[in-house]
Amino acid sequence: MPLYLNEDQVMLRDSARGFMAGEGAIGRQLRRLRDAGDVDGFDRGLWKQFAEMGFTGILAAEADGGLGLGHVEAGIVLEEIGRNLTPSPFLTSAVAVVEALRGAGDEVRGRWLPGIIAGDTIAALAVDEGAKHRPHDIAMVAERAGNGYTLTGEKSFVVHGAAADLIVVAARTAEGNALFAVERGADGLSVESARLADGSMAARMRFENVLADGPIGDEQALRRVLRAARVGAASELVGVGGAAAEQTVAYLKERKQFGRAIGEYQALQHRQAHLYCELEIARAATLKAQQMLDEDAEDAAAMSHVAKAKAGRASTLAVQEGVQMYGGVGMTDEYDIGLYMKRDRALNELFGDANYHADRLARMKGY
Amino acid sequence: MSDLDSFRSETRAWLEAHCPPEMRAPMKDESDACWGGRNPVFKSDAQKQWMDAMAARGWTVPDWPKDYGGGGLSPAETKILRQEMAAIGARNPLMSFGISMLGPALLKYGNEGQKKRFLTQIARGEIRWCQGYSEPGAGSDLASLQTKCEDKGDHWLVNGQKVWTSYADKADWIFCLVRTDPAAPKHKGISFLLFDMASPGVSTKPILLISGNSPFCETFFDDVAVPKEQLVGEVGKGWDVAKYLLGHEREMISGMGLGGGGGESLGAALGDRLREDPLLRADVARFDVDAIAFRAMSERFIDELKAGQAHPAQPSMMKYAGTELNKARHELAMAAGGSAALEWDSDRSKGGKAPREWLRTKANSIEGGTSEIQLGIIAKHILQLPGA
Repeated sequence: MPLYLNEDQVMLRDSARGFMAGEGAIGRQLRRLRDAGDVDGFDRGLWKQFAEMGFTGILAAEADGGLGLGHVEAGIVLEEIGRNLTPSPFLTSAVAVVEALRGAGDEVRGRWLPGIIAGDTIAALAVDEGAKHRPHDIAMVAERAGNGYTLTGEKSFVVHGAAADLIVVAARTAEGNALFAVERGADGLSVESARLADGSMAARMRFENVLADGPIGDEQALRRVLRAARVGAASELVGVGGAAAEQTVAYLKERKQFGRAIGEYQALQHRQAHLYCELEIARAATLKAQQMLDEDAEDAAAMSHVAKAKAGRASTLAVQEGVQMYGGVGMTDEYDIGLYMKRDRALNELFGDANYHADRLARMKGY
Repeated sequence: MSDLDSFRSETRAWLEAHCPPEMRAPMKDESDACWGGRNPVFKSDAQKQWMDAMAARGWTVPDWPKDYGGGGLSPAETKILRQEMAAIGARNPLMSFGISMLGPALLKYGNEGQKKRFLTQIARGEIRWCQGYSEPGAGSDLASLQTKCEDKGDHWLVNGQKVWTSYADKADWIFCLVRTDPAAPKHKGISFLLFDMASPGVSTKPILLISGNSPFCETFFDDVAVPKEQLVGEVGKGWDVAKYLLGHEREMISGMGLGGGGGESLGAALGDRLREDPLLRADVARFDVDAIAFRAMSERFIDELKAGQAHPAQPSMMKYAGTELNKARHELAMAAGGSAALEWDSDRSKGGKAPREWLRTKANSIEGGTSEIQLGIIAKHILQLPGA
């Protein structure tokens, strides 16, 4: 398989690009929701439109009413989301949770997938417990109780947690880590939602003997979900960094000082050219990881660490250079570049930052 | 079974039968490379066997047309051949500036006679080529080159000097940028000339580098007579050929970013030496992220190139990123090696392999256009920044 998009994928990209740049544009979504103090942090009407476009079912099997496509296609949509900072539960619901459900039994899939695909159900993933992503160190306990389990512990950084109808929770059982499905408003579940720096909503959750049915996935499923979520976040980062860089380059051509466009200065040209290389490499690494996940390739796990780490660092460079090169106006809320900087920070933390992933890669390589 | 699947299994079987076991290990150093030429030096019988077998099948240049000694393979077949060679660790059978630089330029700009004659020789490894580009006064500003080429009616007469000519002292022929019209604007008066290094009036002098080695030469031309039919493309339009060829040179140099055979993980190669140094381990882990990501970029670039989708300035990006990465790799290897990596000529250090290679990599971001020149090209042609 060549490492570029095929014709169908290019068509999908074009339609996602048009949709996000129109319906999902910054002024229409992110700024409006933020300024209105919207408690969901995303527009439920827009999420229904995601469903009409077919995006919500991108990863779900055709037999389950989805499109039966792969991580490459999910990544195409996420890159456009990143470019427009479009708030939506796509990454958590349509990628992470659908990936979790893909391996679950008929009954569980039948219960949740139709709602997600229709754009009616919001789903969240609860893995982190502290301020950093440490999925190898899960403290939340799931104990057998009757036919099911009780969950006890705390979760943090549950993106769209308060809005979610379904929360897929990672917990430790006697047999190892596993994934459980918990419904909104379950007894013993308390939710504390907060707006983050980037305008997105995330929750801290406290579970006290919350009842759940048997696991919907085991340790392997958790790893699969995290790989999907990471390469998805990598694509969104490539979009964030890519758009930030393009907008900065456009500004360099337009802003004049000392009687000429500041983009004529080599000091800025070379930094933008370097950034261009970093972003292209990040995009290639991310696409490679997605192709490998779709092929179930042996080294897909290593490549997903590489993709998230590389995309995170490239995007961070893009937003930092962006704010610096915009200068004073880059510090104002009126300009979008600062919004890109905030989204980049949140996405870097989501599902592990660059240091985490470089460390995991090193361990996999035996050092 | 699809055509590509059967091509893959045939290729696998052929490689299995024809690639000698000695040729399935990574090259230890530059001396393991096979360069062919009029008076070829083979380090072993296996090396000769391998080059001959691949050349006979046209697979030294798998994607060139069969008429010119190539394999006539499609992009997809070429990729499969590369994958199958990589799977058994097969070495490149023939290192050649003819293959990586001159050939693509001749395919695009050469006339039929030049293609038949020179491409076939290149494919078989019969002529070793060197590149006459830089001059003492023309480095980054290559187009200011002054080597004089006069039209003497039945021949060209060349006078001047080139510098940084890689392996000029070992090469049979040179592809050379010369000035045919001193009155024209600097980019317009240049022509692209091929000639025999054994011609009267050609002399070379190796340059001793900081690595202690001398892969580059000064090359002098003193009234060198060159047959008229050895000028490629049109008189005065050599800069187009030169730029096209530079794209391929940059592509080749960017391959250094891949770190040669088996360079999957620097950290895995350095192993124990990282254990007591957490800061170095972190640097190496970040490097491995960059290196594996660059490997994906390389794959994408080759795929896009074969499909005709690559931006013409994309080789500059690959060259810049690949060479900076290679320098970083050797800096980290030196840091991990500590004082043991300083030994310059002991047997234990294999004649100072580590420090000499480290120093050699410093040229990567200079030769073929400096990193700064590449960034300038990206700024101008891809980002389209003003005045770049």
